[in-house]
Amino acid sequence: MSQFNLPHEAEVVERIEESPTIFTLRLRLADPAVHAAYRFAPGQFNMLYLYGVGEVAISIVSDPEDEQMIAHTIRQVGRVTNGLARLQAGDRLGLRGPFGRGWPLAQAEGGDVVIATGGLGCAPVVAAINYVLRRRERYGNLIIMQGVKHGDDLIWCDQYAQWAQMPDTQVLLAASEGGACWPYHVGHLPVLFEHARLKPESSTVMMCGPEGMMIAVCRELLGRGFSGESLYLSMERNMHCGRGKCGHCQLGGKFVCQDGPIFSYPEIAPLLGVKGL
Amino acid sequence: MMSDSTFLPQSGLAQLLTELAAGHRIIGPQVEQGAVQYRSLQGAAELPWGVRVAQQPGSYRLQRQGSERAFAWANGPQALKPLLFAPRESLWQVVKTAAGLSFSETLPPPERLAVIGVRSCDLAALALQDRHFLQGASPDAHYARRREQLFIVAVNCSHPAATCFCAASGDGPNAVSGFDLLLDELDEGFLLTPGSEAGQQLLAALSVSGVTPAQRQQVEAQRRAAAVQQRTLPSSSLAGRLLELASSPRWQQIAERCLACGNCTAVCPTCFCHSEQEVPQLDGEGSEHLRQWDSCFSAGHSLLHGTPLRADTAQRYRQWLTHKFDSWHQQFGRSGCVGCGRCIAWCPVGIDVTEELHALCGDEA
Ligand code: SF4
Ligand code: SF4
Ligand code: FES
Repeated sequence: MSQFNLPHEAEVVERIEESPTIFTLRLRLADPAVHAAYRFAPGQFNMLYLYGVGEVAISIVSDPEDEQMIAHTIRQVGRVTNGLARLQAGDRLGLRGPFGRGWPLAQAEGGDVVIATGGLGCAPVVAAINYVLRRRERYGNLIIMQGVKHGDDLIWCDQYAQWAQMPDTQVLLAASEGGACWPYHVGHLPVLFEHARLKPESSTVMMCGPEGMMIAVCRELLGRGFSGESLYLSMERNMHCGRGKCGHCQLGGKFVCQDGPIFSYPEIAPLLGVKGL
Repeated sequence: MMSDSTFLPQSGLAQLLTELAAGHRIIGPQVEQGAVQYRSLQGAAELPWGVRVAQQPGSYRLQRQGSERAFAWANGPQALKPLLFAPRESLWQVVKTAAGLSFSETLPPPERLAVIGVRSCDLAALALQDRHFLQGASPDAHYARRREQLFIVAVNCSHPAATCFCAASGDGPNAVSGFDLLLDELDEGFLLTPGSEAGQQLLAALSVSGVTPAQRQQVEAQRRAAAVQQRTLPSSSLAGRLLELASSPRWQQIAERCLACGNCTAVCPTCFCHSEQEVPQLDGEGSEHLRQWDSCFSAGHSLLHGTPLRADTAQRYRQWLTHKFDSWHQQFGRSGCVGCGRCIAWCPVGIDVTEELHALCGDEA
């Protein structure tokens, strides 16, 4: 029986509260041999199983070379994630995976990495950011652009401030409604492009967030001379099996769970922005 | 292929079933609730002798005729799909103890099935389901266990229904591969053609005789006649074409008739969508993880953060048709339709996929 069909038992080693609705679970697979053999790439996801409730697809945010822990940052959006939120250190759950195709981090080496995210707690790009920061010498500039609706929505404020201090790293934040103390830009994410030090010919762009936001970012970057091949999007769909069988995650001819969740722009350009696909 | 055929008189069918029953549970067509259905078969007498089926959009009616044939009908509501990809089954279970969670797979008990009466379109659908469930990084153990044991006696379709278009899809009416044994039915008996080692062995145990030139001619004529069908598909490949028609007004027009009942996906022999769900045991000691057929017509199918991505029937019908006839090419290298016509006959309002495709592609049926 493969790790893709049957969950492995995992233990919560640590639970970190990120915001009232976002939390991180640091997990260890109960069987040491299984844990030691577990490998993944940033951008891939696991199916986490909550006893008696069911499974949910969650991106992996830990570092692939962290042998101690497999971490997931989870937003409470439904039955399973609400239940997972109540788990504490020592509690057990199930884990199947990893599934899907991750970010093109090897291919991006030697050039700039541009991260564009919108919405709340975009875990897939956090994995990419941390990966690049831990291997700083392999990459050029790191430009992080995040758009949120309201200034108060931004989680990981400290982390953004920390990232901004790193060498060759630019952090740009925009809120469509800034609020009184919002120190950053006001407007939708594309307002940030004026301020980003972009090098279209030698960058890899990784984005995650609402589809409309990603389409706007792609349009903007293509207009600024980025090639379609340099743009990568993390897509989200309903997932039940994670292994290309149940059909729920289909986007045109793609099974997002196995052909994605990370796609290059040319792979899915015709499917973007078509309502109800 | 007819060169290695032999003739089995009608009286020999009982012998064939007895031989098969020695190592298998036999599944065969029987009349049940007004339709031909695959059920456990005890003997040749249970077969639908003298039964014909008239199918039209939204209509399936049995007709009894004097004919002395058992397989003179096209198909029933289900192909082989439920025998291999169970409508509802347990995938795994978990037990909670003081020590933690213990997961185990719940595989179906091994059972050797032999199915008699399988049509060419359903063999093509089986090949597609095999590809979906057995290939890739994560083959499906439940499907595999049933599939390994399956013995198939196919029958060339002598009486296609008005809803059939297997000739247009290229999947029938005559079977060319994927069976252990193939029958061509004549009034006085059957032409038998082996398709595998196991089929060859079964044949060797039967009292067969040589095929006469007259029988051979009759079978050839019957095969040709069955390939003459009314319904057609647009003449050029639909790969990549329907997605481009995503904003056609036709989808809304179909949605005004479509009830989003999901009958079409339930009877379609290639549809593989299923949902997974959890059924905790009442004693609180364990829980079971099930899968159940799902349909792209259900609101839950495209649910994302509590809202269905495909909000209305037009978008859901578009998903069904576009997946089946267009995206399938990208996923499996061919169309997902084998021309069985079930979705046409079993649609309560008689929506006809062939008609819709012609209309969408702007050519005449
Ligand atoms: S789409 Fe309709 S005709 Fe084609 S295989 Fe499915 S049920 Fe049969
Ligand atoms: S096309 Fe017909 S069978 Fe399919 S969902 Fe609509 S009404 Fe039901
Ligand atoms: S999640 Fe089941 S096919 Fe992708």
